[in-house]
Amino acid sequence: MNPFLAQQMQTVEAPGIDWGAILPMVIVFGAACVGVLIEAFVPKHQRWSGQVVLTLGSIAAAGIALGAYVSGRPEHGVVTMGTTLSIDTPALFLWGTLLALSVAAVLMIADRSVEPGGSFVAQAGIAPGTVQDRAQVQSTGMQTEVFPLALFALGGMMAFTAANDLLTMFIALEVLSLPLYLMCGLARRRRLLSQEAAVKYFLLGAFASAFFLYGLALLYGYAGSVKLADIATAAAGTDRSDTLLFAGLGLLMVGLLFKGSVGPFHTWTPDVYQGAPTPVTAFMAACTKVAAFGGILRVLTVAFEATSWEWRGVMWAVAIISMAIGAVLGLTQTDLKRMIAYSSIAHAGFLLIGTMALTDEGLSGTLFYLLAYGFTTLAAFGVISLVRDSTGEATHLSAWAGLAKRSPLLAGVFTFLLLALAGIPLTSGFVGKFVVFSAALSDGMAPLVVIALVFSAVAAFFYLRVVVLMYFSEPASDGPTVSVPGAFTTASIALGVIVTLLLGLLPTFALDWAGAGGFALGG
Amino acid sequence: MTPTYYLLLSALLFSIGAVGVLVRRNAIVVFMCIELMLNAVNLSLVTFARINADLGGQVMAFFVMVVAAAEVVVGLAIIMAIFRTRRSASIDDTNLLKY
Repeated sequence: MNPFLAQQMQTVEAPGIDWGAILPMVIVFGAACVGVLIEAFVPKHQRWSGQVVLTLGSIAAAGIALGAYVSGRPEHGVVTMGTTLSIDTPALFLWGTLLALSVAAVLMIADRSVEPGGSFVAQAGIAPGTVQDRAQVQSTGMQTEVFPLALFALGGMMAFTAANDLLTMFIALEVLSLPLYLMCGLARRRRLLSQEAAVKYFLLGAFASAFFLYGLALLYGYAGSVKLADIATAAAGTDRSDTLLFAGLGLLMVGLLFKGSVGPFHTWTPDVYQGAPTPVTAFMAACTKVAAFGGILRVLTVAFEATSWEWRGVMWAVAIISMAIGAVLGLTQTDLKRMIAYSSIAHAGFLLIGTMALTDEGLSGTLFYLLAYGFTTLAAFGVISLVRDSTGEATHLSAWAGLAKRSPLLAGVFTFLLLALAGIPLTSGFVGKFVVFSAALSDGMAPLVVIALVFSAVAAFFYLRVVVLMYFSEPASDGPTVSVPGAFTTASIALGVIVTLLLGLLPTFALDWAGAGGFALGG
Repeated sequence: MTPTYYLLLSALLFSIGAVGVLVRRNAIVVFMCIELMLNAVNLSLVTFARINADLGGQVMAFFVMVVAAAEVVVGLAIIMAIFRTRRSASIDDTNLLKY
């Protein structure tokens, strides 16, 4: 009998769903759908307030649901929705990180004090450069679709970090990417740059996800299943074709490393970071990185631990290339947003070192690093959005000369954040680098750690260059002004700075939580 | 008829798509090449489903189709927006962001 028919004759049972475990994700997706309805039915002048309340409220509710679940969670995690989602300690930690980061990002997206109407275009349909466009810049309207799009992206990220099979991972990857492509193109000013960033991000992102998908197909051919646990079983001692396994792993990693803006797959990062509206850049830089590395950690640990000897050499090379590109090209940048983008490429290399360790310390170190890096970079973009001239944000380095004389507070905050990115002690960046590098050392990757230390020293140079520029040069007479931020942006920058400081002074609490357990291997 | 031929065809289609993305200059054509890559993957999935005698691969092909359709919506919206500004869909013209 035809095997397909035989399969069809079995009765299909509905998979059991552990609603308590997935409640945070359900709340976020549900609120995103309600947000779409608000766009359809609420009059235009009420939408902004409605969306802000809904978005922040739902993230808070998801956080409360997460907190309630964490206290009584099963020790080794739970695999639910059939075997598609694995809610274990790393997934819960990453969910908490994502929710906390997105509160800060949404506050920046919602801010309308720095620019009347916010950083987003009043009507995306107006062509740039026309009379309507000039009127649009002055108006106080805004495309409030940004809020549901952000929630969809957040939900996709949460699903991505918990995905227990490659198909779920692929769907989550698209759910998180598609809203981000759109959000990149919605800047109020410099709309040509913004639209160009959206096109580049979209084409390259779709290209990368096609590679991810082909990797999925080859691994399905190899293991006969796309569940991570089944791939691990198949890879541990069989006589199947290694070609399928390693070609599949390679293609899969191309897609994942692209999302994490690692090494040779980084080309989109500077352009998109520069062109996108700054709050969206902050959201992407912090949350996408967390989600991508959460996914890489899970795939490598759960599915490919047994074959780590075969792929580790390649990943060494990728990590070194990523750090080299980020640190060296970062030196040559003249635009602050691009410079932070190259810094994020260098950080992706550091993160990859912890990811490769495949030990408990490597896992908890990488999780901690993601939390620390996310808040620091988010606050850095918040500060960048405040320095403005008549055409919008003044992101050219020369505009920041002597900024400490105009606004000592802003210069001080930005200096602190840059020192955290460089990894100076008493900041979260130092603790993050320390735990990641010591995990790599104890896993026998000493040469890589030495290389990483060299590149962090190189990267420190371009952070300090900005600090020197702000404190020791004369401000230009026609230089930019420093806007006084409203409550939203202030709250989001303050959150980032406080977390950066706290994680630097008292890292134990977060480290304990990050190290509380490994991935659930059931499936 | 051995299923391996279908895998080779799928690899060939995927490569044609990938090369097309790299060499073509029109955003719409680049996008079509990406769609070709996704559909090449579908062929692989269905063939592996046949080889492994497992329905999963066929179901996955449907998921891929849905995702590809969603991607078209977002992609064409973005390409349309930039076309209305520049009166051109060439990706060589979008060169403000570099270095």
